Amino acid sequence: MIAINNVSKWYGDFQVLTDCTTRVAKGEVVVVCGPSGSGKSTLIKCVNALEPFQKGSVVVNGIAVEDTKTNLPRLRAQVGMVFQHFELFPHMTITQNLTVAQMKVLGRGKEEALDKGLKLLDRVGLKSQADKFPGQLSGGQQQRVAIARALAMDPICMLFDEPTSALDPEMINEVLDVMVQLAREGMTMMCVTHEMGFARKVAHRVIFMDQGAIVEDATKDDFFGKPRSERAQSFLAKILQH
Amino acid sequence: MGDFDFSIIATNWRFLAEGLRYTVQVTLTAMVGGILLGTLLALMRLASLWPLQWLAAAYINFFRSVPLVQVILAVYLILPLLLQFLTGRLIPIGADNSAYFTFTIFEAAYYAEIIRSGIQSVPRGQVAAGYALGFTYSQTMRLVVLPQAFRNMLPVLLTQTIVLFQDVSLVYAIGATDFFGAADKITQRDLRPVEMYTTVAVVYFVLCFALSRLVKYLQSRIAIIR
Repeated sequence: MIAINNVSKWYGDFQVLTDCTTRVAKGEVVVVCGPSGSGKSTLIKCVNALEPFQKGSVVVNGIAVEDTKTNLPRLRAQVGMVFQHFELFPHMTITQNLTVAQMKVLGRGKEEALDKGLKLLDRVGLKSQADKFPGQLSGGQQQRVAIARALAMDPICMLFDEPTSALDPEMINEVLDVMVQLAREGMTMMCVTHEMGFARKVAHRVIFMDQGAIVEDATKDDFFGKPRSERAQSFLAKILQH
Repeated sequence: MGDFDFSIIATNWRFLAEGLRYTVQVTLTAMVGGILLGTLLALMRLASLWPLQWLAAAYINFFRSVPLVQVILAVYLILPLLLQFLTGRLIPIGADNSAYFTFTIFEAAYYAEIIRSGIQSVPRGQVAAGYALGFTYSQTMRLVVLPQAFRNMLPVLLTQTIVLFQDVSLVYAIGATDFFGAADKITQRDLRPVEMYTTVAVVYFVLCFALSRLVKYLQSRIAIIR
């Protein structure tokens, strides 16, 4: 589904990604973790070409994103993305947030888009909030709407870029619950997150990044059982203490 | 003192009202045209292609560095020649019509800078979210960035328009009959400058003050809940 081959990226002289290679198969849930500044958000943004890269290749569903002939809007419409800061459109109601891309990008009619949007809103447990504006919702609620908005496009895979790190602690679980449910339904997911409980529950593989490189790419059991790299061991020891 | 004669206003109010109507027309035309052209300039200035950036920056810096009254005169004198050169015919434009054009192109430079900062006030994540949903550049601008940018900058845009409303009075330099120009012409004929200019000043003050209160009110109404 997603193949990342030898991707390198520089900001000027500074190298942010170094020769990253990994794969996400259809139906697989892959968690990407690592210390801040390790390049995990940058890597996931390369998948739908929100970040350009200078070397290597990213292939999504058989289409190379770095190819200048690739129709990027069409590719991105198939790849759902959830952001750290939700990024709902604050000038639109929740309903409009859920329907605008369905209508403008996929060309769905208003009825169909509304039907789909409200169904997904109900699924994330927020049907009663349909006519509100994003600013009237809590962070956790906004993030659930953002997930529904991405799902409304019928994506072939979902990217999560630290979906819970901007949330108050008591709101993290409501978002993780939605993600767990999604994972169990067989959605292909690539998640940048520090939520190791989530990784334990549903991840198939865990990727550990440090200083722009993929240091560890292991099955969940291997990663939590016996991480090979020292860097991953000390990272795990630090975040699993509590 | 003591011998003010405000009857000059009463006898000439129709002429003054015509002038005021013209002032409002130029203001509205230059506002709409200036914001449209200004949006285009702002997008060019923020574009990744340097020739576009350079062109927009040159335009904006030029008009912001030249006195308005000079531009009014220059357009009035040069535009007919230019049109004659282009069409081969002599087209009389007249002072009144040339002002519509002048104010539109001049104000566009000021609006462009306001709009540029408005666009930059929209968080980058919003652009990313638009792209991630499959929007094209123009859809992202039209549906996501500009609606938020215009809400953020509406007070400044309207304040600039109030300044524009006052600046239209400069067309008296080319003899056009705006509100101020009308007063000027009456004064030259009937010699009652104090009464006339006082009245004009009061009308300008009342209108502009009322408009600025309206801007304040709008600001509280349309702010985005964040």
